[in-house]
Amino acid sequence: MSDFRSPIEDITFTLRHVADLDALAKLEGYEHADPDLIDGLVAEAGRFFDEVVAPTNRDGDTVGTKLNEDGSITTAPGFAAAYGKLVESGWNGIGFPEAYGGGGFPQLLSTAVEEMTTTANMALALGPLLSRGAIEAIMHHGDESQKEIYLQKLVSGEWTGTMNLTEPHAGSDVGALTSKAEPADDGTWRIFGQKIFITWGEHDVADNIVHLVLARTPGSPPGTKGISLFIVPKFLVNDDGTLGERNDLTCVSIEHKLGIHGSPTCVMQYGDNGGAVGYLLGEEHQGMRCMFTMMNNARLGVGVEGVGIAERAYQQALGYAHERTQGRAIGAAPGTESPIIDHPDVQRMLLDMKSTIAAMRGLTYRNAEALDHAHHGADDNARTKGDERAALLTPLSKSWCTDMGVELASIGVQIHGGMGFVEETGAAQHFRDARIAPIYEGTNGIQAIDLAGRKLGMRQGGVVRDHLAEIGATIASLEGVEELESVREQLLLALDALRAATEYLLEVSGSNPSDMLAGAMAYLNMMAITTGGQILADAALSARSLGAEEAEDRAVMARFFAANRLAGVPGLLPAVIAGAGDLSAARGRLLST
Amino acid sequence: MKVVVCVKQIPDPADPGALDPESKTLVRDAKLILDESDSYGVEMALQLVDAAGEGEVHLVSMAPNNETAGLRTALAMGAASATLISDEALKGSDALGTAKVLAAAIARQEPDLVLAATESSDGYTGTVPEQVAALMDLPSVTFAKSVAVDGGAAKVQRQTEAGYDEVECPLPALVSVTAGVVEPRYPSFKGIMAAKSKPVDELDLGGLGIDAGSVGWAGAGQEIVSIADAPAREAGEVIEDEGDAYERIVSFLDDLKVL
Repeated sequence: MSDFRSPIEDITFTLRHVADLDALAKLEGYEHADPDLIDGLVAEAGRFFDEVVAPTNRDGDTVGTKLNEDGSITTAPGFAAAYGKLVESGWNGIGFPEAYGGGGFPQLLSTAVEEMTTTANMALALGPLLSRGAIEAIMHHGDESQKEIYLQKLVSGEWTGTMNLTEPHAGSDVGALTSKAEPADDGTWRIFGQKIFITWGEHDVADNIVHLVLARTPGSPPGTKGISLFIVPKFLVNDDGTLGERNDLTCVSIEHKLGIHGSPTCVMQYGDNGGAVGYLLGEEHQGMRCMFTMMNNARLGVGVEGVGIAERAYQQALGYAHERTQGRAIGAAPGTESPIIDHPDVQRMLLDMKSTIAAMRGLTYRNAEALDHAHHGADDNARTKGDERAALLTPLSKSWCTDMGVELASIGVQIHGGMGFVEETGAAQHFRDARIAPIYEGTNGIQAIDLAGRKLGMRQGGVVRDHLAEIGATIASLEGVEELESVREQLLLALDALRAATEYLLEVSGSNPSDMLAGAMAYLNMMAITTGGQILADAALSARSLGAEEAEDRAVMARFFAANRLAGVPGLLPAVIAGAGDLSAARGRLLST
Repeated sequence: MKVVVCVKQIPDPADPGALDPESKTLVRDAKLILDESDSYGVEMALQLVDAAGEGEVHLVSMAPNNETAGLRTALAMGAASATLISDEALKGSDALGTAKVLAAAIARQEPDLVLAATESSDGYTGTVPEQVAALMDLPSVTFAKSVAVDGGAAKVQRQTEAGYDEVECPLPALVSVTAGVVEPRYPSFKGIMAAKSKPVDELDLGGLGIDAGSVGWAGAGQEIVSIADAPAREAGEVIEDEGDAYERIVSFLDDLKVL
């Protein structure tokens, strides 16, 4: 067993008092999500991930993944066994429909399970994360026979899924891809090309791998309009569901990476021996639409990775701060050495981690909750609202939570002092593992463009204004609550600045897109941090009815976050409204090579 | 085949425990969990029923406050049903008092085999299973590392200091299972959902036909005279090598009588 323990109390608090799981349980289709059962599920899931998955995290980093000469991959010690138990336990499928063997629970709950999976072992958790994208794509775009062949096995985790988008010259610009799909006589397709950065593209933990591959069909228009999505299984599936012939695809190399060493990142070669058999998913030229079905799910999942990795870094730093003695804290007996947790600056760092993680967890859980309302809301209005809210929160979850994942893991290293820079303590692993999350599933820069360029314009700014009004409602609820007065003040200042930034961007987005793009990232951070402040304020307000200790702890976190992070929001406004003038000026000389 | 497993629900050992200075017993008002040492018996019972191809596993537990969280864990692992005995009058029960209650509850099930842990992880008396066997007039086999059922007999490998004994005894019998001999399964989420609707028969002493005066504080033949905190761990001795470190280490180990 590792020292790590899933933060069950924080997770159940967030499920119930930041998001509203009890309200979800009243919706049609979620009646079985009653509070007692959910508590039991979260506790048992936590025990499973603590005892079975978390102990594999270190070997994943130090031993990593090995590519064998025959193109097979040996995953890190313990991975295959832990994954096998994960399949047995069924946690993978908890959020998927019962018709496919899942639990039919709200995505809010499956998000909590995803967090625990990631906190236990981020590299291992990536396998199921990618499978979820494949499941979503097949569920929404597959025909009945495709659903029947693939969904049960993917939901159970007996097979895993991948997303094959990137090619050497087609990364963020997916439209530049050149992989080809040629029609065969029997209605299937033959796939040719090379894909890079394919997470869990090859491995030894499951029997089959269902690759979802973007490729161009003959005569298709250039750019994203000409892309189609194909199901390309590692082993072809016989009519009776058993595995047949090996398909014409191989892993030709794996990447040596800064972090997530336990996750095989593969270069996949398709069609070197006559063409890999592929099956069109959805309609021809609709590949981008299908891909976004995978992506939207995965973007929230990656945001959750930021939460999980920060939690793991926090627990490790907290443990170290209690053990490590150094210097004499104020008030300690002369001649003694104090544990470093007694020093205010270390307390500051730890409380920064603790409170920011609470805000991040709240943001991602509310995002998942919005998706649940989008799919299961009581009426059209509720579903539309949920859909809009999820669309708005997704770039915030993905970008801010992953940026914070890196920053907080870095603080975790800092708390370890010199020992944090030494690999032995393991603090550095979290920092390295965290670094990928701002990059993949749409870089954080792309998230900012998504927010300012697409989400801001929804209902002519109405969706964002609704969200700001909700923050205003929280501020109104804080009125007269003495212990949260400083939170109210900072939230008010942040909201004013965020409103100004919003109106500015709405104004320039039509007339001057460069100005809009230049301020997009600062704007995303303004909105995410303000939303984080709102979440901690809501949590502190809810906790007032939950006993003195809970109330005090939540108030402390809300106040600390307000003073240390929320207070910085108005300082970001100048960066939003500066426009692109200096950037284009710098492009001439300052940024020349 | 019906296998009854005795399970105890205890305070989570990962949380700092506390003793009540009044009653001198463990504070048990927080949420209770399944005692890990009982999870081996549950697993073994499930495997035995699987091997037999028929039958079911029934749990018997005694808890002062109607707690079922730990029972639900064992039900989620696959046990079919449970009996929980809760009664205010059970507070302060000693090992024999506990055994009387368990024996009465087990007898109602008419089991083919009763499994128990060798001892609980919070009380550590290690005497309850044998007392239950005596009260029920069943053969008792202790410290099992493996159990097989063959016809009307249990074949048990019984752990000893030197290795193990092979013991065979007629059924019904009571066997205590050593911790760590099987790998307890983790409940699947479907198991957890199913456990919610599995029957837990909640009884009090009256329902069990036991006189309240014979158990609890009233019936306890044992008295806790005093309690004290465990001594804090002291710093170890650091041996600096001045050429004779090995001799000092050997003599240190010799003093401990581990050589």
